[in-house]
Amino acid sequence: MFPLHISGLCFVPNGRAILDHLDLEVSGEGISVILGPNGTGKTLLLRLLAGLLPATGGSIDWAGAAQPGGRLAMVFQQPMLLRMSVFTNVEFALRPQAMSAAERRARTEEVLERVGLAHRARDCARLLSGGERQRLALARAWAMRPRLLLLDEPTASLDPTATEQVERIIREIRTEGAKVLMTTHNLGQATRLADDIIFIADGRVQEHAPAQRFFAHPQSPAARAFLQGELPWRIAFEH
Amino acid sequence: MTATLLDALSLLGSFDHRLLEIVGLSLRVSLSALVIGALLGLPLGAWLAVADFRGRGALIVALNALMGLPSVVVGVLVYLALSRSGPFGGYGLLFSPAAMVVAQSVLVVPLIAAVSRQIVEDAWKEYAPEFSLIGIGRPQAVVLLLADCRFSLSVATLAGLGRAMSEVGAVMIVGGNIDGYTRVMTTAIALETSKGDLALSVALGIVLMSIIFGLNAVAHRLRCWAARRYG
Repeated sequence: MFPLHISGLCFVPNGRAILDHLDLEVSGEGISVILGPNGTGKTLLLRLLAGLLPATGGSIDWAGAAQPGGRLAMVFQQPMLLRMSVFTNVEFALRPQAMSAAERRARTEEVLERVGLAHRARDCARLLSGGERQRLALARAWAMRPRLLLLDEPTASLDPTATEQVERIIREIRTEGAKVLMTTHNLGQATRLADDIIFIADGRVQEHAPAQRFFAHPQSPAARAFLQGELPWRIAFEH
Repeated sequence: MTATLLDALSLLGSFDHRLLEIVGLSLRVSLSALVIGALLGLPLGAWLAVADFRGRGALIVALNALMGLPSVVVGVLVYLALSRSGPFGGYGLLFSPAAMVVAQSVLVVPLIAAVSRQIVEDAWKEYAPEFSLIGIGRPQAVVLLLADCRFSLSVATLAGLGRAMSEVGAVMIVGGNIDGYTRVMTTAIALETSKGDLALSVALGIVLMSIIFGLNAVAHRLRCWAARRYG
């Protein structure tokens, strides 16, 4: 599955290139955080990796294979929750796997315990708070024991406490051996979680560097401008 | 008019045997048609919501059009199918409550299927990416979506019951409106009004409207409860 090689990846709907010959190599360890201004294709890149959309051009090479060899899970910014119990919302994701009902139950109870939702197992998932919903979505992904976990702004619109809880779970998933590839607009979160930063702008990877080096000494002009809050629209507006 | 209304209320208050018989048969026929309609229409609608094949759009258009199928046309078609020379003539169902169930089922299935298709498709658009990643196949997705949308689908089902209970043309043609055997509320209202027995017509009308209002009130309460309980 790793290293993951992306070369010349394009996504050009209706003639407008969102990803424009994007090249990237991703290792199989740690947490990689994708940063970049809005509309640069961060979420799109995750969806293309997940196989939810076909690329217009280029290739995604999973250690020599066209398909990921290990399990892949994704948590969306707005998690999908069935109108069923918290327990069922995790358990149903294990049904396609070769597991007995007892194994599914045990695995579900284990991950709910680890994300702090065991006491709410019988409650309806749609009545959870935003932070709890996101933890439930992470629990579902975690239960599947993914080799690669894709997270699309997992803490968007969460308060600091809920954000801290979600970040703790992400670290635990990483510690268990999953590769985490996530997008965020929260630079503090990127600083806390990231092992490496992938900075995307204008449909391409402008910089890919270890997190400490990226924040201390960004190499690309686009990344420097981004970290200083000089967003492209703002520059255009001021001129 | 006041006298007619008082006579109708008197019939209702005295639990008139003839009236109860008609109401009982109406409920048996329409609820049977509803069960058949739900068993066929809900899976059909859910399957159509998640399926991807050539001609799906045309099938959806056809299904939506069938929602407005005139009941007399259904009556004639079922009559032809069940008459002695028809393909199912050997079963001897014509002019029986069973024939009325068949006719009402034919009316109800497209309605339930079309409405449930729309409800399930909306949910499918939201869930499809996650289902795809988890590895949920389309047959499993149909089952999960039907369970997930159960409260919204109850409205589709009730719409089917309303269609079955309020139609008159089809059951008149295939049932024959035989007193004590195939006479239901709508056919009785039509007949008694033409005979000038307005009291029974009004009494049956009150019962019919009460049932439909009652069912819709139950559906509304169910949806409110579900929204509080399940979000």
